Amino acid sequence: MYTTELQKSDSKPVAIKEPQELIDAFEARVAADAFIEPKDWMPDAYRRTLIRQISQHAHSEIVGMLPEGNWITRAPSLKRKTILLAKVQDEAGHGLYLYSAAETLGASREEMIDALHSGKAKYSTIFNYPTLTWADIGAIGWLVDGAAIMNQVPLQRTSYGPYARAMVRVCKEESFHQRQGYDALIVMSNGTDEQKAMVQDAIDRWWWPAIMMFGPPDDNSPNSAQSIRWRIKRETNDELRQKFIDATVPQVHLLGMKVPDPDLKWNEERGHYDYGALDWDEFYAVVRGEGPTAKERMEARRKAWDDGAWVREAADAHEARRRLKAAA
Amino acid sequence: MENALFSYALRLGDDSLVLGQRLSEWCGHAPAVEVDLSLANIGLDLIGQAQLFLGYAGEVEGKGRSDDRLAFHRDVMAWTNCLMVEQPNGDFARTMARQFLFSTWQKALFDGLAASKDARLAEIAAKAVKEVTYHAELAGDWVIRLGDGTEESRRRMIDGLDWHWRFVEELFQADAVVETLVAEGVAVDPAGLRPGFDARVAAVLAEAGLPEMQLPRGVVGGRKGHHSEHLGHILAVMQHIPRTYPDAVW
Amino acid sequence: MKTDWPLWEVFVRARGGLSHRHAGSVHAPDATIALRHARDTYTRRMEGVSLWVVRSSDIAASDPKQAGPMFEPAESKVYRHPTFYDLPDAVKHM
Repeated sequence: MYTTELQKSDSKPVAIKEPQELIDAFEARVAADAFIEPKDWMPDAYRRTLIRQISQHAHSEIVGMLPEGNWITRAPSLKRKTILLAKVQDEAGHGLYLYSAAETLGASREEMIDALHSGKAKYSTIFNYPTLTWADIGAIGWLVDGAAIMNQVPLQRTSYGPYARAMVRVCKEESFHQRQGYDALIVMSNGTDEQKAMVQDAIDRWWWPAIMMFGPPDDNSPNSAQSIRWRIKRETNDELRQKFIDATVPQVHLLGMKVPDPDLKWNEERGHYDYGALDWDEFYAVVRGEGPTAKERMEARRKAWDDGAWVREAADAHEARRRLKAAA
Repeated sequence: MENALFSYALRLGDDSLVLGQRLSEWCGHAPAVEVDLSLANIGLDLIGQAQLFLGYAGEVEGKGRSDDRLAFHRDVMAWTNCLMVEQPNGDFARTMARQFLFSTWQKALFDGLAASKDARLAEIAAKAVKEVTYHAELAGDWVIRLGDGTEESRRRMIDGLDWHWRFVEELFQADAVVETLVAEGVAVDPAGLRPGFDARVAAVLAEAGLPEMQLPRGVVGGRKGHHSEHLGHILAVMQHIPRTYPDAVW
Repeated sequence: MKTDWPLWEVFVRARGGLSHRHAGSVHAPDATIALRHARDTYTRRMEGVSLWVVRSSDIAASDPKQAGPMFEPAESKVYRHPTFYDLPDAVKHM
């Protein structure tokens, strides 16, 4: 869901001298907003940055199934159950589109999944928080998917063709995700006092993690300039964060709820909301894997993959035998 | 027999809902992301069927109970799904064994029900039969691949089928509800579905290189509310929010 | 040991009258399951009426480095296009 650079570049790669004329031609194409396609020449750093970014995005989709999947069996009406199951299924689909896009760069899905399971690859920090009440499911759809969409819409014009195409599909499908979440909260905020309290509590817990999803502030986001030049990031973290806050605050008020930020206030001069300081220590702790449910999430993913090994193996064995028979 | 149509629509809805609920437990935990998508699709079809059957049951009953009311505010004894669908997922082989047996039966049933004299049942069945035909084929593909895969997958598939054989007989049982409605041309006579079911199961088992079906003594009771130990747990999870906040709308 | 299935490219025909178009890829052990995975992944919103899958490793592709010799010679053949020809004003449609 999110494309924030969470991993700092891995160990410095052996510097390969790349022909300057190829680099220049590549930079010129990207600057002219042309698309780069899988077999085109590209700088090694561009390839590696993209694999990291796209796979991180894919992992976020797959891990992101867990906090919401947690509630499918408990959804309070049949309508909400189908909506949630379809939504979480979409996340699986989006993970798949993104793994597909990364695979065109020469990374195998298996390697990417290994990197996730070994803790080497990161995923969005937001999924390391627990879903405690049904209102959390509304809040995730509205705030978390809302933040994700903010990030993803500009990426439909990213320079790498397969990534851009995957984003077009993802954005088209995700348009219902945010709405269904907000819709669930509207119903609850017109409901009983207990329901209203649940909604406010969910907003209180998800607000800050949601606005942290845009990543560290621009002055602490060293790779940003290069990524923007390469069109694999189209707006800075702080620009996107501001846009999200400006769009979302009125929606909070429309629910009759409060934003849990005492410093939040409309700034007439800037034409934007001013907001309070984010707790970046918390953010980096969660990036390091110290989020409240990080262990549960990783355990669930590893278990699904390990428990599925015999299934994947069996189907391969069946196909190998069928081919042998067909050849005989 | 009073309210036979209500009872019949209710059990069809209960079958679909309980299995849909079971499949939704897989979400996020399947052997491959692609399989996650497949299982969710089947689950969505089944829950959709449940909405239609339960909605219709509520209308027939005429006491103002909606699909949600029936789904979230009935205790174990009032549920009339078959025992097979409430069985725990187990491993992927056991889940696919259940899906194959149940969907093969459900396909035969809906094929017949699409010609019901009750227009609403016929309409729902005509829509659902396309869905369950796909479920039965997909599950059959997996029974074949796992049965004729590795030593381990074969052992697991045999175990998975073995878990469910005892619940096959119940699918073909006719009680007073079914007999009444069969006589009216509304329900399908389950006995008539048996040869087709047996033939299809035998064909898939043969292709999978699995031993022939050997049914043990049947375990029955679901249709009259006598369930396995598992259904109570399913309902505890599924119903806990609407039961905790009975006045709330979601 | 390899623990993931091979990759298949998926092509979807959106409706009758259109050709199949590349949609993405799936992993699957064989063609039958690849079609099922393609269906469950790429046609959840009525995107298709027909599917093709082909093993990614079976696709032969042109080399972008050869794009010049491959595609540029066509550029100078302007006479293949109707706009190359001037028609007398009297002829309204041709």
